[in-house]
Amino acid sequence: MPQVEPVTQKQSGDPNRRSFLAGLLAAGSATVGALLAIPLVRFTLHPVLARTTDKSWSDVGKVDEFQNLDAPVKKLVTIEQRDGWRRTMTEKPVYVSKDAQGQLIVLSAVCTHLGCSVPFVEKERRFICPCHLGNFAPDGTLLSGPPPRSMDRLETKIEDGTLKTQYQFFRQLTHTKEELA
Amino acid sequence: MSADGKESKSGFRAWLDHRTGLDSLLRHTLDEPIPGGAKIAYVFGSGLLFLFLSQIVTGVFLAMYYVPSADHAHTTVAYITKEVTGGSFLRSIHAYGSSAIIIVLLLHMTQTFLYGSYKGRRELVWVAGCVLLALMLGMAFTGYLLPWDQKAFFATTVGTNILSEIPWVGNGLKELLRGGTEMGTLTVSRFFVLHVFVIPACIFAFVAIHVYSFRKAGAAGPATEDPVSPKLPAETFYPKQLVMDMGFATLIIVLLGLVAYFWPMDLGPRADPADTQFMPRPEWYYVPVFQYLKYWHGSTALLGILVIPGIVGLLLVGLPFFDRSLERRPWKRPISVGLFTIVLLGLAALGVSSYRQDMRNPGVAAQLRAQQEATKEFMNAKFEPELSGSSLSAQNVALSNPEAAKGKEIFEAQSCNACHGDNGVGTAAAPKLVGVGAKYDAARIAALLNTPSAKMTAGGMPPVQLKDDEMKPLIAYLQSLN
Ligand code: FES
Repeated sequence: MPQVEPVTQKQSGDPNRRSFLAGLLAAGSATVGALLAIPLVRFTLHPVLARTTDKSWSDVGKVDEFQNLDAPVKKLVTIEQRDGWRRTMTEKPVYVSKDAQGQLIVLSAVCTHLGCSVPFVEKERRFICPCHLGNFAPDGTLLSGPPPRSMDRLETKIEDGTLKTQYQFFRQLTHTKEELA
Repeated sequence: MSADGKESKSGFRAWLDHRTGLDSLLRHTLDEPIPGGAKIAYVFGSGLLFLFLSQIVTGVFLAMYYVPSADHAHTTVAYITKEVTGGSFLRSIHAYGSSAIIIVLLLHMTQTFLYGSYKGRRELVWVAGCVLLALMLGMAFTGYLLPWDQKAFFATTVGTNILSEIPWVGNGLKELLRGGTEMGTLTVSRFFVLHVFVIPACIFAFVAIHVYSFRKAGAAGPATEDPVSPKLPAETFYPKQLVMDMGFATLIIVLLGLVAYFWPMDLGPRADPADTQFMPRPEWYYVPVFQYLKYWHGSTALLGILVIPGIVGLLLVGLPFFDRSLERRPWKRPISVGLFTIVLLGLAALGVSSYRQDMRNPGVAAQLRAQQEATKEFMNAKFEPELSGSSLSAQNVALSNPEAAKGKEIFEAQSCNACHGDNGVGTAAAPKLVGVGAKYDAARIAALLNTPSAKMTAGGMPPVQLKDDEMKPLIAYLQSLN
């Protein structure tokens, strides 16, 4: 039990000392409060700061089936996305085609203009976007229309005879290809 | 602040005080007279208030990630614990906070009791305090279920089952609380609403009553003081008592922080209602009650579960009405102090005997150890995000293979799922089968099914004898699990 000082009903001590103590207490509590707030802030900012950007590779198909490609073929790739504590698996359409050197390339079917899904029109032998009639060559090169750039090529690799791609989204309406996280 | 209360104030402060009366409120609060002066013994009440605030703040932040449904509760808590920055720490502060509240509550009650501070026109303070004790126990009970891990599920199953011992209304009450006859997703929702809205609202109300009626009656001072018209010279709450209270709050948060940092609260494997082995053990503060309830069965159950606790509760709540004498010194109140001590010692003895019984029974001890192991294993595993229901699931893709679809039927017909879980996700009884296709080829799986390895046999895996036309689809199904 602490020593009880002789006390009077009203507090003794001069006002300056009392308000100095009040200031000290206020500053002390503010400091402790700020310290305690740190974990709360970090907790809240987690989804903003610790973004998981590790992109995953999705299978497109066996390389063999693309060997004798004479027109782009549409494939659905399954991509896995993290959404906080859940993951979603969605299918995205891509086109497998060949570049000028005859190498396999994978194109995102998302139009670089405003993001419509671009189909390959067999009869015209080109991609024609149904929304504003952007035209692209079979290798994705921009031919005509409002899109600012050619169709976006996705990263590819071949593993054990399987063509794989890294599906990504890119910013629309820009002249250069910019990744979206 | 009191002596110079009429000092000239700057413009903003004067305006604010004019509009709100904040200054006079603050002065009123800080100048509360304490007969006999400030004492360490008086810090527990404000310590409780501080802990309650800490629970609110941490709780609000946890709710930012938590989802109250049987499907997602465990995943979201695992996410908080394993992935979110500082998540394990915050959750630990919140979870250990409940224990801290119970401890400080006991200290606060004991201090009030020993000092006889409930005497002399302080009935309302005491009764509101008893209600707050019950509400806090309710918070602990409802909060315990929310992570939806094994121990949460089974402890709450047992806890809510006790209700059905009450005659006439017991079963109805149990179903009302559970949102059905069995524990399920509606139970999580109900417990969440109680834990986050209903009980906290009641706590606010009763804290208001408690504090208001306390201030109305005035601080009681030391045990030698007259509880109605204090004689000792008084000291104001500010500054000495305030500094002590703040020091105590700091001590609490530092201790909580250290415990949360060095011994973070764990999370067990997800609740598996089909598990028949699991032995739930309540949190330490419920262990005495848990042990006590073991002694009452059948015809005496009513006496033990309703009558005796009812009498003890009535004695506790009604204390200031039964004990009207103004004598406060504990050594002059042998009966009430004796009873209080007996109840406390009885609770402690019940708790100790519960732990000793568990340790003495080798079967129980082994099961409890196995449960601890399972929890440790789960904690060490990487966080696994939940496959969203709306996404096209690998399983369904695989099951478009008719052979695998048939295998799934066999898997269920053979009750493989009883131990290995639906879709082979695994349970406490048996490991998951998801991914076996990547580990073993069809021939190896067939061989293992026919003659399980020694380790599998030890785990309770029986040999699977099936004809070829059933074995093939089963293996196709197992291979499709990923
Ligand atoms: S969106 Fe494709 S041309 Fe406009």
